[in-house]
Amino acid sequence: MNTRAFTMQLIAIAFAIIVAPLLIGWVNQCRAWLQNRRGPGILQPYRLIRKLFHKDAVIATNASPLFRLVPYVQFASMGLAAGIIPSLWTGLPFADAADTIALVGLFATARMFLALAAMDIGTAFGSMGARREMLVGFLAEPALLMVFFTASLISHSTSLPTMVNVLAHGPLAIYPSLAFASISFLMVLLAENARIPVDNPSTHLELTMIHEATVLEYSARHLALIEWASALKLFNYVCIGFALFVPWGLAQGLGNLPDLAIAVPALFIKLVAVGFGLALVETINAKMRIFRVPEFLASAFLLAVLGLLVHLLLGH
Amino acid sequence: MVTPLSSQLIDLCAAVLLLLSFSMLSQRRVLTLVDLFALQGGTLFVSIVVVAWNTHQYQLFYSAALTLVLKVIFLPLILNRLIRRLGAQWETETLLNASATMLIGLLLVIFAFTLAEPISRLASTITRSTLGIALAIVMLSFLMMITRRKAVTQVIGFLAMENGLFFAATSATYGMPMVVELGVALDVLVGMVILGVFFFHIREQFDSLDLHNLESLKED
Repeated sequence: MNTRAFTMQLIAIAFAIIVAPLLIGWVNQCRAWLQNRRGPGILQPYRLIRKLFHKDAVIATNASPLFRLVPYVQFASMGLAAGIIPSLWTGLPFADAADTIALVGLFATARMFLALAAMDIGTAFGSMGARREMLVGFLAEPALLMVFFTASLISHSTSLPTMVNVLAHGPLAIYPSLAFASISFLMVLLAENARIPVDNPSTHLELTMIHEATVLEYSARHLALIEWASALKLFNYVCIGFALFVPWGLAQGLGNLPDLAIAVPALFIKLVAVGFGLALVETINAKMRIFRVPEFLASAFLLAVLGLLVHLLLGH
Repeated sequence: MVTPLSSQLIDLCAAVLLLLSFSMLSQRRVLTLVDLFALQGGTLFVSIVVVAWNTHQYQLFYSAALTLVLKVIFLPLILNRLIRRLGAQWETETLLNASATMLIGLLLVIFAFTLAEPISRLASTITRSTLGIALAIVMLSFLMMITRRKAVTQVIGFLAMENGLFFAATSATYGMPMVVELGVALDVLVGMVILGVFFFHIREQFDSLDLHNLESLKED
């Protein structure tokens, strides 16, 4: 039984790692369609990663070992996060060791290492990007924590699988507090994954880029790992959103075959819908000025706090 | 733990109303503000219908219909036309920046919730827990009136406050007597018409709708 749990855990992580670029590809494809372009196809991220792995890495002469290490740290922490977040079934042994607060910490660790690596070379763009990344991060983090607290007040637990079990398999109820939390979470998701109202993932314009500026010095396999890690980060965030707000379809426990036969198509249907929704949000919104970002994230935080308050007032 | 569906629906409506109040507080464009106001009226309509259906208070259907006609269709239409004719759709400067306003709004919500808690514990209506939210909506609309400079946005804040009062009335006592409700509705309508005339006078006098100009009493 124990080895089975462990194998299932490894399968869950491997599944997330393999599927993650597909989500980015689908979002980009939808964006292309909405902009009347044909689009590169949803397999493009895989092609990009393969191409990058075949190239030779170029590293600045004054780079410290930290600079080489960071892509692996990024990838590893996002992979670990995928092991905590239930995407197909809730019986994850790793999730017993780390709850949602540890999960936020894991994201923060990855962000800190990325900022350190960006400042390591000493170029102006790198440190500017690092500063902006930390600005966005330190405002988004409390909002994310508040979203988690709202959900944990409902389920009386800070562990994601328990939340899913309570929300999906408990008595069906409408939670107004979760409506607030979901809007707040969407705002945090857009900010943390460098999506359009906050950051444009496909620009190299020096005045506006945030995430791109921090990874400007990377090439080849390092860049491939970082791209893959950001795809995984988006996948992780989307799966957190599913777990908190639309948990239906997830298999309970380790998942027997009939449950998985529902869970896999359910996940893909949700991913298709959310990918299209993300593309829509990114198409109808313009990128905001960087000085508006604190305002944007402050509203996310306030909405999450409102969710908490509404929960306390209404009692459910 | 499990409450009946109707009560959950009312709670959801209350939460949406609160959410709309906050988005009105942070919205800069006047035309979007009018849309949000119409949406608030629509949510109010749904919540009144749910209350009326579940408590068999059939006179509430009249006030629901009144809300629908007046606040979802008629007033937004008038406001839209007024704003277009005044050419006032672009700027709304606020006295405070958005984050500070939202923060004060949050404090007001906490205040309203604590204030309403002992009252709603005494009540026996199915809507009792929403009294705090209704109070918060009134206060947030009031805050919106205080922080905005332009006449049009202040009027929208006033109308939103009336929405909050209406919601408070249905959540505390299943609505006011019909005569009062009709009177209030007529008041709002007439007030709107008079204020519409005022807008033109203010603009003619000062070349803008900024109420800041009304503060200087002497001409020099």
